[in-house]
Amino acid sequence: MAAHLKKRVYEEFTKVVQQQHEDLSTKKLRLTKPSKSAALHVDLCKATSPADALQYLLQFARKPVEVESVEGVVRILLEHYYKENDASVRLKIASLLGLLSKTAGFSPDCIMDDAINTLQNEKSHQVLAQLMDTLLVIGTKLPENPSVRMRLVEVACKHLTDSSHGVRNKCLQLIGCLGPVEKGVAKEAESQAAKDVQKIIGDHFNDQDPRVRTAAIKAMLQLHERGLKLQQAIYSQACKLLADDYEQVRSAAVQLIWVLSQLYPESIVPIPSSNEEIRLVDDAFGKICHMVSDGSWVVRVQAAKLLGSMQQVSSHFLEQTLDKKLMSDLRRKRTAHERAKELYSSGEFSSGRKWGDDAPKEEIDTGAVNLIESGACGAFVHGLEDEMYEVRIAAVEALCMLAQSSPSFAEKCLDFLVDMFNDEIEEVRLQSIHTMRKISNNITLREDQLDTVLAVLEDSSRDIREALHELLCCTNVSTKEGIHLALVELLKNLTKYPTDRESIWKCLKFLGSRHPTLVLPLVPELLSTHPFFDTPEPDMDDPAYIAVLVLIFNAAKSCPTMPALFSDHTFRHYAYLRDSLSHLVPPLRLPGRKLVSSAVSPSITPIEDPSQQFLHQSLERVYNFQHLDPRGIQELLEFTIRDLQRLGELQSELAGMADFTATYLQCQLLLIKALQEKLWNVAAPLYLKQNALASTAAKQILEETYKMEFMYSGVESRQVVIIHHMRLQAKALQLIVTARTTRGVEPLFGMCEKFLQEVDSFQRCFISELPHMQGSFVDKLLDLMPRLVTSKPSEVVKILQTTLRQSTFLHLPLPEQLHRATANIIEPTGESDNPLRFTSGLVVALDVDATLEHVQDPQGTVKVQVLYPDGQAQLIHPKPADFRNPGPGRHRLITQVYLSHTAWTEPCQIEVRLLLAYNSNRSKASTRIPKSTWSESLEALPPSENGIEGTIPFSKPVKVYIMPKPARR
Amino acid sequence: MPEIKVTPLGAGQDVGRSCILVSIAGKNVMLDCGMHMGYNDDRRFPDFSYITQNGRLTDFLDCVIISHFHLDHCGALPYFSEMVGYDGPIYMTHPTKAICPILLEDYRKITVDKKGETNFFTSQMIKDCMKKVVAVHLHQTVQVDEELEIKAYYAGHVLGAAMFQIKVGCESVVYTGDYNMTPDRHLGAAWVDKCRPDLLITESTYATTIRDSKRCRERDFLKKVHETVERGGKVLIPVFALGRAQELCILLETFWERMNLKAPIYFSTGLTEKANHYYKLFITWTNQKIRKTFVQRNMFEFKHIKAFDRAFADNPGPMVVFATPGMLHAGQSLQIFRKWAGNEKNMVIMPGYCVQGTVGHKILSGQRKLEMEGRQILEVKMQVEYMSFSAHADAKGIMQLIRQAEPRNVLLVHGEAKKMEFLRQKIEQEFHVSCFMPANGETTTILTNPCIPVDISLGLLKRETPVPDAKKPKLMHGSLLMKDNSFRLVSPEQALKELGLAEHQLRFTCRVHIQDPRKEHETGLRVYNHLKGILKDYSVQHLPDGSITVESILIQATAHSEDQGTKVLLVSWTYQDEELGSYLTSLLKKGLPQGTP
Repeated sequence: MAAHLKKRVYEEFTKVVQQQHEDLSTKKLRLTKPSKSAALHVDLCKATSPADALQYLLQFARKPVEVESVEGVVRILLEHYYKENDASVRLKIASLLGLLSKTAGFSPDCIMDDAINTLQNEKSHQVLAQLMDTLLVIGTKLPENPSVRMRLVEVACKHLTDSSHGVRNKCLQLIGCLGPVEKGVAKEAESQAAKDVQKIIGDHFNDQDPRVRTAAIKAMLQLHERGLKLQQAIYSQACKLLADDYEQVRSAAVQLIWVLSQLYPESIVPIPSSNEEIRLVDDAFGKICHMVSDGSWVVRVQAAKLLGSMQQVSSHFLEQTLDKKLMSDLRRKRTAHERAKELYSSGEFSSGRKWGDDAPKEEIDTGAVNLIESGACGAFVHGLEDEMYEVRIAAVEALCMLAQSSPSFAEKCLDFLVDMFNDEIEEVRLQSIHTMRKISNNITLREDQLDTVLAVLEDSSRDIREALHELLCCTNVSTKEGIHLALVELLKNLTKYPTDRESIWKCLKFLGSRHPTLVLPLVPELLSTHPFFDTPEPDMDDPAYIAVLVLIFNAAKSCPTMPALFSDHTFRHYAYLRDSLSHLVPPLRLPGRKLVSSAVSPSITPIEDPSQQFLHQSLERVYNFQHLDPRGIQELLEFTIRDLQRLGELQSELAGMADFTATYLQCQLLLIKALQEKLWNVAAPLYLKQNALASTAAKQILEETYKMEFMYSGVESRQVVIIHHMRLQAKALQLIVTARTTRGVEPLFGMCEKFLQEVDSFQRCFISELPHMQGSFVDKLLDLMPRLVTSKPSEVVKILQTTLRQSTFLHLPLPEQLHRATANIIEPTGESDNPLRFTSGLVVALDVDATLEHVQDPQGTVKVQVLYPDGQAQLIHPKPADFRNPGPGRHRLITQVYLSHTAWTEPCQIEVRLLLAYNSNRSKASTRIPKSTWSESLEALPPSENGIEGTIPFSKPVKVYIMPKPARR
Repeated sequence: MPEIKVTPLGAGQDVGRSCILVSIAGKNVMLDCGMHMGYNDDRRFPDFSYITQNGRLTDFLDCVIISHFHLDHCGALPYFSEMVGYDGPIYMTHPTKAICPILLEDYRKITVDKKGETNFFTSQMIKDCMKKVVAVHLHQTVQVDEELEIKAYYAGHVLGAAMFQIKVGCESVVYTGDYNMTPDRHLGAAWVDKCRPDLLITESTYATTIRDSKRCRERDFLKKVHETVERGGKVLIPVFALGRAQELCILLETFWERMNLKAPIYFSTGLTEKANHYYKLFITWTNQKIRKTFVQRNMFEFKHIKAFDRAFADNPGPMVVFATPGMLHAGQSLQIFRKWAGNEKNMVIMPGYCVQGTVGHKILSGQRKLEMEGRQILEVKMQVEYMSFSAHADAKGIMQLIRQAEPRNVLLVHGEAKKMEFLRQKIEQEFHVSCFMPANGETTTILTNPCIPVDISLGLLKRETPVPDAKKPKLMHGSLLMKDNSFRLVSPEQALKELGLAEHQLRFTCRVHIQDPRKEHETGLRVYNHLKGILKDYSVQHLPDGSITVESILIQATAHSEDQGTKVLLVSWTYQDEELGSYLTSLLKKGLPQGTP
């Protein structure tokens, strides 16, 4: 039996092969190439049942098709399409047609007629819908062919009467995407149908199927997006759709109304059931506000979002959104906000301790109470109280946008925003704090509001506190009590969360400089000075005291009378802080003390402030050292490097620039030192020890150049050339050192060749920059290139050595803005004495929290490194979602690192640090390879050969005490 | 006309002992079965003898629905089912079914053990009663019998509170129970779909109130507690065991968590612990925040809130204590109050309304010296705060629900008559629907306009409406067959076949006289041209025998037998073409236009 079966299998197998062969050969003649169409044709002919055919088609769909054979494949598919009886196979063919027309480089106009023809005899609704989809794809591929589009639109209009919702859906979609947009085209067109696309689509707003209604609205929006001006008449139709039973219809209708309100903001519409008329944008605003209390949260989110962008709305409508008349037993009641305001204006502190404090006052006329308003009443009040946080966030965002454009509204919405600071979801709280910050230049906080705002400072979430500090930085406070309150609360925060130190100091700096006059009367109290008695000198290391001083000094900057109130030790502390925390303490004009800036006349523009001048002067000096002796040069470089580093510490805004140049000079210094070695003058074998110095110098220069290239943001191509040039020099040095120290010539061959290649690629990459590099190493090298290529390694080395010595030091131009990437690990703090215990072999999660500054694309480049005491290192790539972006140029990494190790006998420290990964291919100079669409071509790309990948540590390592315990059996 | 009859036995223009009878399409349903807190005599329970004097209740009621576990909605249930006698199904949601017996038992204990009443239901009766309960899920359609179906919607208010839709055929009633349209810290907002019921029965506790945002109140509450604790004072919050207590717990718990506070919070033991257990279980019934975060941590597993022990009250240092009962009239809360009242650093926060005569009411109205039992005078130095947290929909909320459900009629219960009157006016004015507010025992009859479903064959439907177009009414031709209690719309041919009747044709014939001296066939031609000119959309044909057809209408022109100058036009049509036929005659009667050849 088995043998028999086997035989049959073989028989069948051979038969199949034969047939394929035959077919292939015949097709070959016609199509010049054994193309996919042929194979497909064979497969389809072979298929005995629809299921088979479907399988073949599915397999076929997985493989890409080359542009040349698309048309052939399409023809074959169409041929089968007409023969096929089974609807599912036809459906697949139809979808394949669409897929194939998408092929890049293929122009589908040749198959359009066929595609339209297939529609005629099709009975299955599903297939029809799919064919419409295909036509849509074809139409979108031919944007410059209005007549084709017209035809397609006509076809679609014809099928709009189909009984299936799917077909009508697709037809509307097609009309929306391809319908004529310009008026001129519509007039030229012969056909009646395509003339008024808007009317055709508008007719389907009343379709019996909600899906078709949605599609109709979407198509209308699509037309709008493509630039067609929608008619105002649609507005009334769209308004009716707002009461639709289905949420997706309502959601789309809200969008449509919004679009119309932006198109015709100033037209006048009548209010139903009255004789009055209002502006369309106001009416639309009212309607969308109404949708904020819709039954479906999807619609609510949509409505709340759109409200934010309706800026032309009249102010009284806008202010109604925050209005909610309270009543109790038909008597008017004041809201808590109103009561708070009243208490404030009457000069009384909020008591709120009486029962019936909120007792209702005057009677309300029953007729006048409107429980469901048609207008905008209380839309935001509802939105901010919604049960879904998505709606609340959308409402807060909308508030923000509206408040930014209307100061009076900003003032009014303040109470509500402050209320949102106590939302149960952190995201909402954070969002409302950010919103408040964005509108802060329009507002001044009342004391009671400030009180509520400050209460949030105790929040345990660092994000919230930091956002709040940012907010306080740009808040206007109205009274000196307010400032005092803020200071007290911030100091409370400081004692509770000492890690917030920096952020609080920064916050106080701005608070002080914004409100000098309010701080002035507080100074004696804050410094606890006494008119008669000397008070003890406060502890200079107390962060709270520093905080107070930061506030005062910043206020004193624009308040010259203030220093008179300082006691002696305050001046001393000023001098100390000015030096140690120069970014927080401004220069002050103090009596009896000569200010650095006082020497500079005010006529000098701020761009050339003294420190910047100093930077340039010192660089100038360095670049002119040619006439000095080597020792002098070295000393000058050393001094300048020291100066620059100090400057970077003092002037935070120049830190990047100073560090960058210092690094460059350091490289140069190393190079000079290495060349001064005696090694070069004496026979090689005698100076094995010294050569260690030279080779480490070369290595260090290489490292530094990578740092220069990848750690700074704002590096331009001019700098990149210099950096690469320095790297080239370092490589030359390496080559020379190896040549001097190794015996035998064989290894040198390879090295020389590699070096020459690099010179070559340098020349190719930076050809445009070469003229600027007169007299440099590479300039001379390129002159000698013909000689180098032909000569032996030993000669090459000799040439290199002399060129390296003779070459001039290149002037490093500085870009406008230069910032060094820095990272600071906040957590783990590295102070804990309690080891983190876990069972060996299992994992423990370590929370890492770090701030990154001036890192470009942190998701791709920042890594976490864990170093174990045994030298084992682990590199962790944080998830993209772990990075947050609190402000421009700043990032925050909050991630978990999983540690594991075999058992130890006692706890030990591991090191955690952040690394910046780089890849020299990614450098700004190299040209980017355009990504191609087909996966095949991507695979064909050669893997990058000369891309050097590496990492630069850019944060201080933090030690964590851990203890993997042996597992208990 | 079919009608829906509604009779409130309790809660008609009143708050307490909610019990509403609804008869809809021959089905009788009882909504809620509550007790009245204000009475201790027979009036505390609804008058069930209204339903039947001597027969068993089971024969008269198809089902009983309980909206939530508050005693004014379920307090009379064991009395009703065990003592009066009802064996039919009782429907309630799962959380209600879980918590309801605890409260009933508590109620029984207080009435029987404390007040010494006899002739009250026993624990066993509560158990027996709960055996008759069928639990339902949200949005689950439960088929009570073949025609009657009910469906629960989320109502906020308390854990497990639901609104119910009762539906027979296409007539329906929605009963809201108590509901809340604004979400709070532990529950979401009530929601109902656009079910367009014939009648919406809604509570109207706050018919004349529009409330301020919840956030201000919450913030005030938290601020007061926080300040007192920071000063080192103790905070007493008298609460009732269920509902608001949990909300306040969540509020304080999250605040403690957020602000990293260390002062202890205690919760009096007993009933509350049991109830918290159920809150932990029924996470799906809580609000978005709790539902989303419970995977990491169930919010009801309090970290900062611990069980209270009597001895803790004397501990030094700040603390917050939730203690029952809520009005400070007895029990633990009063004990603690007496201990702490003398210190001005302490604070008591009353989160709800207090009945006159209780200690709570006295201190709220500003009394500073209280006379306790044994002629003791207690001086109240501690701060007294009032904070209202209520979970009923306000006037705006009620209107919002009506807007969501789009009912054809509204009926108000569970509120005061005067306030209802205001809301009734508003509803009629805004929504143009009729609104009722019957008193207890008063029957309201609502006429309904039920739709009658008719089956139609697909072939006929397709033939009659080839193009699906808008939701406009459309004229259809067919025969309505009423057979075996069902309605069918079929084509005339099929109807004839099914009924075994022969087809008869009905033709209308009309003569129109026209003055035309020309010959017959010329007149015919003129008529033809005339019609052809006017009826562009119809097929007008001139037949060789001189007659004209417009669609299937036949027109023949003959000379008048006496007067050759008058031509008689014979117009004939079947009754299906009545419309076109009569139009044609009227057209022809106007005469032919002059000047046409």
